[in-house]
Amino acid sequence: MNILQYLINGISIGSVYAIIALGYTMVYGIAKMLNFAHGDVIMVGAYICYCVTVYLGLPVLAGVLLSMVVCTVLGITIEGLAYKPLRGTPSLAVLITAIGVSYFLQNAAQLIWSSNPKSFTSIVSNMKPLHLFGSLTITGEVIVTVAVSVVIMIGLTWFTSSTRIGKSMRAVSEDRDAAQLMGINVNRTISITFAIGSALAAVAGVLMCSSIPVLMPTTGSMPGIRAFTAAVFGGIGSIPGAMLGGILLGIIETFAKAYLSTQFSDAIVFGVLIIILLVKPAGLLGKQVQEKV
Amino acid sequence: MKKLLALVLTLAMVTAMFAVGASAEAGTMKIGMSGPLTGGAAVYGTAVARAAQIAVDEVNALGGLQFELNCQDDEHDAEKAVSAYNTLKDWGMQMMCGTVTTKPCLAVGPEANEDRIFMVTPSASASDVAYTGDNVFQICFIDPAQGKISAEVIAEKSLGSKIGIIYDSSDVYSTGILDSFTEEAETLGLEIVCTEAFTSDTKADLTTQVTKCKESGADLVFLPIYYTEASQILTTASKIGYAPLFFGVDGMDGILDVENFDTSLAEGLHMLTPFAADAKDERTAAFVAKYKELYNEVPNQFAADAYDVIWAMYQAATAAGLTGAESNEDICAAMIEQFTSMTYDGITGMGMTWDEDGFVSKAGNVVKIQDGAYVSVE
Amino acid sequence: MKKTLLNKDKGKDFLTYAVVIVAFVIMQFLSSQGKLSSAVTGYLVPVCCYIVLAISLNLLVGVCGELSLGHAGFMGIGAFSGVVLATLLKNTVDNATLRLILAMVFGGTLAGLIGFLIGIPVLRLRGDYLAIVTLAFGEIMKNIIGNMYVGTDESGFRFAIATAKPKLVGKGKWILSGAMGVTGIKKLSTFAVGFGLILFTLFVVLNLINSKEGRAIKAVRDNRIAAESVGINVTTFRMKAFVVSAFLAGMAGALYGLNYSSLDAAKFNFNTSINILVFVVLGGMGNILGSVISATVLYILPEAMRGLADYRMIIYAVVLILVMLFTWSPKVKEYTSVVADRMKHLFKKEKEAAAK
Repeated sequence: MNILQYLINGISIGSVYAIIALGYTMVYGIAKMLNFAHGDVIMVGAYICYCVTVYLGLPVLAGVLLSMVVCTVLGITIEGLAYKPLRGTPSLAVLITAIGVSYFLQNAAQLIWSSNPKSFTSIVSNMKPLHLFGSLTITGEVIVTVAVSVVIMIGLTWFTSSTRIGKSMRAVSEDRDAAQLMGINVNRTISITFAIGSALAAVAGVLMCSSIPVLMPTTGSMPGIRAFTAAVFGGIGSIPGAMLGGILLGIIETFAKAYLSTQFSDAIVFGVLIIILLVKPAGLLGKQVQEKV
Repeated sequence: MKKLLALVLTLAMVTAMFAVGASAEAGTMKIGMSGPLTGGAAVYGTAVARAAQIAVDEVNALGGLQFELNCQDDEHDAEKAVSAYNTLKDWGMQMMCGTVTTKPCLAVGPEANEDRIFMVTPSASASDVAYTGDNVFQICFIDPAQGKISAEVIAEKSLGSKIGIIYDSSDVYSTGILDSFTEEAETLGLEIVCTEAFTSDTKADLTTQVTKCKESGADLVFLPIYYTEASQILTTASKIGYAPLFFGVDGMDGILDVENFDTSLAEGLHMLTPFAADAKDERTAAFVAKYKELYNEVPNQFAADAYDVIWAMYQAATAAGLTGAESNEDICAAMIEQFTSMTYDGITGMGMTWDEDGFVSKAGNVVKIQDGAYVSVE
Repeated sequence: MKKTLLNKDKGKDFLTYAVVIVAFVIMQFLSSQGKLSSAVTGYLVPVCCYIVLAISLNLLVGVCGELSLGHAGFMGIGAFSGVVLATLLKNTVDNATLRLILAMVFGGTLAGLIGFLIGIPVLRLRGDYLAIVTLAFGEIMKNIIGNMYVGTDESGFRFAIATAKPKLVGKGKWILSGAMGVTGIKKLSTFAVGFGLILFTLFVVLNLINSKEGRAIKAVRDNRIAAESVGINVTTFRMKAFVVSAFLAGMAGALYGLNYSSLDAAKFNFNTSINILVFVVLGGMGNILGSVISATVLYILPEAMRGLADYRMIIYAVVLILVMLFTWSPKVKEYTSVVADRMKHLFKKEKEAAAK
């Protein structure tokens, strides 16, 4: 019975990683950049939702929608001001600006909302936890997070394979120059990618803080790095890969803590990651691209 | 453009380089404070900086010896703390209120000892801190003492038979208390059924640690951690339907004031704390009211400790008849003499005294939370 | 053509040495005149450490084109092993500088050795996958050191990796004590040794870059497949750079560790790795002099901005972004070159007018 409970715990944290990883992987796939500020956009999303529901007293749905809107605007602004001018330069240059943006968002959040932690009210607080077979507990957050991440994954897969914008995203991701030649507006496509990624970040922020209720200016950074790890684990650039990577990372982490050692869980998780990457160098579902001369 | 920027930066550096501090006027003492004002631990440093300012303003309003306060950010990092300390030294610091957290304090203490700058830390509670020099004093309980008292109280009042522990293995404060707690628990014959860790990197998910405590059948969970993570543990425990007795230490104070936290979850929580923001005595009430008015937040224990640091310094400095015109060495010697002989009544304890190592002796107070307020456990 | 290219390289290397030496002489002179504030005196050694870290990472990132996010891990290995050795040798080696150098060599060797062991499997990966594996490695190191206990007691030398503090036999002392790290370190680091380490690093790295192997490494960076096809053994060269880089980072770590009274594992985290990477990228990939300057400026910048109080870090972030945009953006480059052209044109005209 214990093992089932730990599995559920693992899936719970894993699905939070998965949602964040989906944002990472999408931006990486199309813009070919590691957006280290993604974790901090998540934090902003959570703060907006918190403000709307707690300070303004509006319903949760309004909070989620408003934080999606704010994050989308924020994402587009960041992209336009900090990333777009560097298009065409080595990806490392953009990586450093992303780190600058990350510092900026954390410190701005501290100035606006102070460094005091806030306790985030779960968006499904009125949902009773499910008790199965007596000792097994499934909280509402787990159900909602897993469901939302699956929906997002399916939605994104459909979007990139069937819609016009989605197809142009894939084209840009395959070969930016060729896409440009085919009349695709590369800049606009990348901006749209950022808009979607940031809206997803808002959702991720709200769900993350529902499971992990402490909200601080640094809340987003560590889960952000974990999720980045998850995205690479699953094969960066691959949407189902991000989902799989996130969930697996959550399960491995939880099992390492539960059965091996809470003190060494970091070493175990990252050790497993290294081994898997050595066996499958492009991640679980990543494509092994053969370079051409 | 590149060159212009480089020029501006160079100029900034050069100005910084030669900005050697001026000496203080007589009647004014320069007090430096260093703590994390940005980053993950900012909440503790900010509280200290604010409360110290309140105390300094009150001292200055008395019209006698004047204090001047300069707060520097150390980002909870030993390297930055040494830089902050040097910056303060250049400013002309004569006494130091800090550092706020233990790690930086272990690096700054020896520097201050070498320079003979008198130093009182509000909240760096590792026992090693006071040992860094005869000029380093603590106003907070030391970690080993907290672990010991906690174990004693638990054994004495038989609060729990099977004890679980959740601690932060990346934190000096937390591991310090844990070590002495487990040692004392062994001597007292308490049964520890599980010891679970998290780190500053993995604290996002604490469900597994709480579940493991539940599985092991612990009826008391000892939490030698800060209130931020504790509020997370309490929420998680309530979600999975686990209700043992939680027992915290001084880092737990502040949990009732976490914004939007459901305080009913903290009902029955025991903790060792020298300070209660809702205490009825006049001084505490006045301090809390002032803090709330200025910053719109309830002061936590870090703030209270800082307030006491400044007032204790003032008491010692006036008793020694210091004017601020003395050399740092003389100030340090006079302050050490005062601190080891005086008795100070503050908002974190009455009748505080210090021994030669710099350890404080004050009454430990175990409280429990009842109807959203602290109630003393007799 | 070939000759001028070589001369150009030599000239640049000479300039790098010259800048470092002149800076050292100026600082030493000011320091002997008592003109340096305590704050600046305090920056000297850490700046040396970060310069060495930046140069060594530049060898990996700039010259080889391999993104590493775990450089702080090697720094940490060097710092802890160096500090532990220096503490153990306290009574056997009297000369403080000698002890410091022994500690640095030991720290560097251990870091290089671990770099070699990790390199064998890891260097099969490329690009962002290598980045994530080095990140993972850094986290593992931090986690293990944070649970490591090293000390001496009546049974001799003790070493343990454990979840709880092990008991000592009889009288003894833990030097490295888990999360607490090392406290009460006797500080040994000096600016002169730091300067020596920079010179040594420059010597090693510049020689490696200018050697036949160095050119091979650059060829590999620019086009791996083409380089492989003309018979350059890619893996050996990458390995060499990786180990040298780890070795130098370890030495810098030991110097860093012995500059403070306390040391703990949490310092060597992802953020520190990222900071070093920022120095490298801002200074220019493969540009060694650039690394030296940017490490110095970026270390001092947040310190120089202390007067801004609450707004310090946010302004630092903005400055970082702006500098990146100004130094890298193709549009800005285009604009500045246009302006420069116009200026040149203007001057030319004026000159012509003056001549007339």
